[in-house]
Amino acid sequence: MSKNNSIVVKSVVKKFGKFTALDDVSLLAQSGKVTGLLGPNGAGKSTLIKVMTTLLVPEHGTVMVDGVDVVHKPALARERIGLAGQSAAVDAFLTGRETLVMVGRLYGMKAKVAKARADELLEKLGLTEAADRQTKTYSGGMRRRLDLGASLVATPKVLFLDEPTTGLDPRTRLQLWDIIRDLVAQGVTILLTTQYLEEADALCDYIYVIDKGKMIIEGTSEDLKGSLGQDIIELKVADSHIVATQKLLKKLMNQDPKVDTATRRLSIHTKSGADDLLKVAESMKKSKINVEELSLHRPTLDDVFLAVTDDTEGAKS
Amino acid sequence: MSGISNTAQIVKRNVKRNFRIPQLLVFSSIQPIIFLLLFNFVFGGAVTAGTNVTYINYLLPGILAQTALFGAIQTGVGLAEDLNKGVIDRLRSLPIARYAVLAGRTLADSVRNIFVITLLCVVGATLGFRFHEGVISFLLGALLIVFFAFAFSWISGVVGLLLKDPETVQVAGFLWVFPLVFASSVFVPVATMPSWLQVFARNQPVTQVVNAVRYLTQGGVPNGMTYVWISLLWIVGIIAVFAPLAVWRYRKIQ
Repeated sequence: MSKNNSIVVKSVVKKFGKFTALDDVSLLAQSGKVTGLLGPNGAGKSTLIKVMTTLLVPEHGTVMVDGVDVVHKPALARERIGLAGQSAAVDAFLTGRETLVMVGRLYGMKAKVAKARADELLEKLGLTEAADRQTKTYSGGMRRRLDLGASLVATPKVLFLDEPTTGLDPRTRLQLWDIIRDLVAQGVTILLTTQYLEEADALCDYIYVIDKGKMIIEGTSEDLKGSLGQDIIELKVADSHIVATQKLLKKLMNQDPKVDTATRRLSIHTKSGADDLLKVAESMKKSKINVEELSLHRPTLDDVFLAVTDDTEGAKS
Repeated sequence: MSGISNTAQIVKRNVKRNFRIPQLLVFSSIQPIIFLLLFNFVFGGAVTAGTNVTYINYLLPGILAQTALFGAIQTGVGLAEDLNKGVIDRLRSLPIARYAVLAGRTLADSVRNIFVITLLCVVGATLGFRFHEGVISFLLGALLIVFFAFAFSWISGVVGLLLKDPETVQVAGFLWVFPLVFASSVFVPVATMPSWLQVFARNQPVTQVVNAVRYLTQGGVPNGMTYVWISLLWIVGIIAVFAPLAVWRYRKIQ
């Protein structure tokens, strides 16, 4: 099994003082696949990335990346990994080309080789025209691409992307997705963190959801959606009707509906979708509660995420 | 071997940083010149620095030392900035020597110091600064300042890695640098200070270095060579203590 896994994390514990950032976390990332790490802010995503990329030493547990023990042989591990995203940064005062050449030289490449590699990556990432401008003139998307480029200089077998598309506009996000898919096609193993469920759904072969330092659920996107098992009925009502609707649904369906007061939406699981939908609609009408929207849908990753993560404000990472 | 080449790359990166970020360039060029002009014209009349030495000849070695120390604060500030921006994390994720990031920073700051010292000597010359002990002796004096600044950069590096926040490092820098600069022979002869302060002022490293550089550029300092040797001892001692301390802190970054 572990032969096919480029990343093997076992029972990792990482504490900052009294705060337990990672609490007995385990994870496997299959070689040549994209593994997603999802979780709200402060869940421990970045901490886990830092542990896997040698930046943090865990108190307990083992981490193997591409067959190398990260905790005990960090120098060896660093030769095999690439890191990009919010955990790493590019310098605003260097040009794109200088950034990539510097990284290449730091990997021990000869000047000529580093330059050729930089040119190649700039071309691949569509940055050739901007190559000799300082990166402070780059757009957010260009900077992300350069950042990704810096992590690719040494052609790593395992790539860690810490929220690679956070804050990017949809078009730029799609561009980055394409680049990531290209890398996977070349056989690179990727572990990425994201807050965008849609991104995990689109890119990841396997997903872990982490919350408050604990792994709470894992599986393929389909597994996770299936884990909720059932369809979901969702209603939107006026503020003043939320409580009444909640009571009504509870009585009707024999379960506590999930309530999001901010969006005024209530949702409830159903086994016999259409029948229950009619039942809810009828009973709402009888109770004279005006329903603004009423829908029946398959669970999305958002639903999974909301179902399994705690909605109370997590501790800051 | 690869550690040296790693360090060279980081030096290159930091030199670019020091010269491409406008506020850093102003800091390392215009600000020291303003200090030189201000102190020369404000104190120049009041301080007749003893014998036959004009105030600019007395002041310039002091301003060089002051610039070196103020510049050293920037070593810690720069490290803290890189730490916060994630640059250090990127570098730590690469297979490079552990000391390269720190040595690359302190050496790059030495490059900046050579630039500032040259600049100050040129401006000083227009104000009447002259060296009287020959070119070699003058160059040795300049070199002593560069090494002194290098040593203090390591202290600042430890402060930067401990405090981690650039603004805090800046403020803390003034706390430990100001007493060293002002309670010394940088601007005025130590003999004019109250006796309790003289004990500190005479024996702290800045006075040693400034007196050594005065000896090397102007001559006429009694026991001049002793100041040179004591300065070298301070430099070696500071590096021997703070360089390993900085590398140790760097390894423990969370």
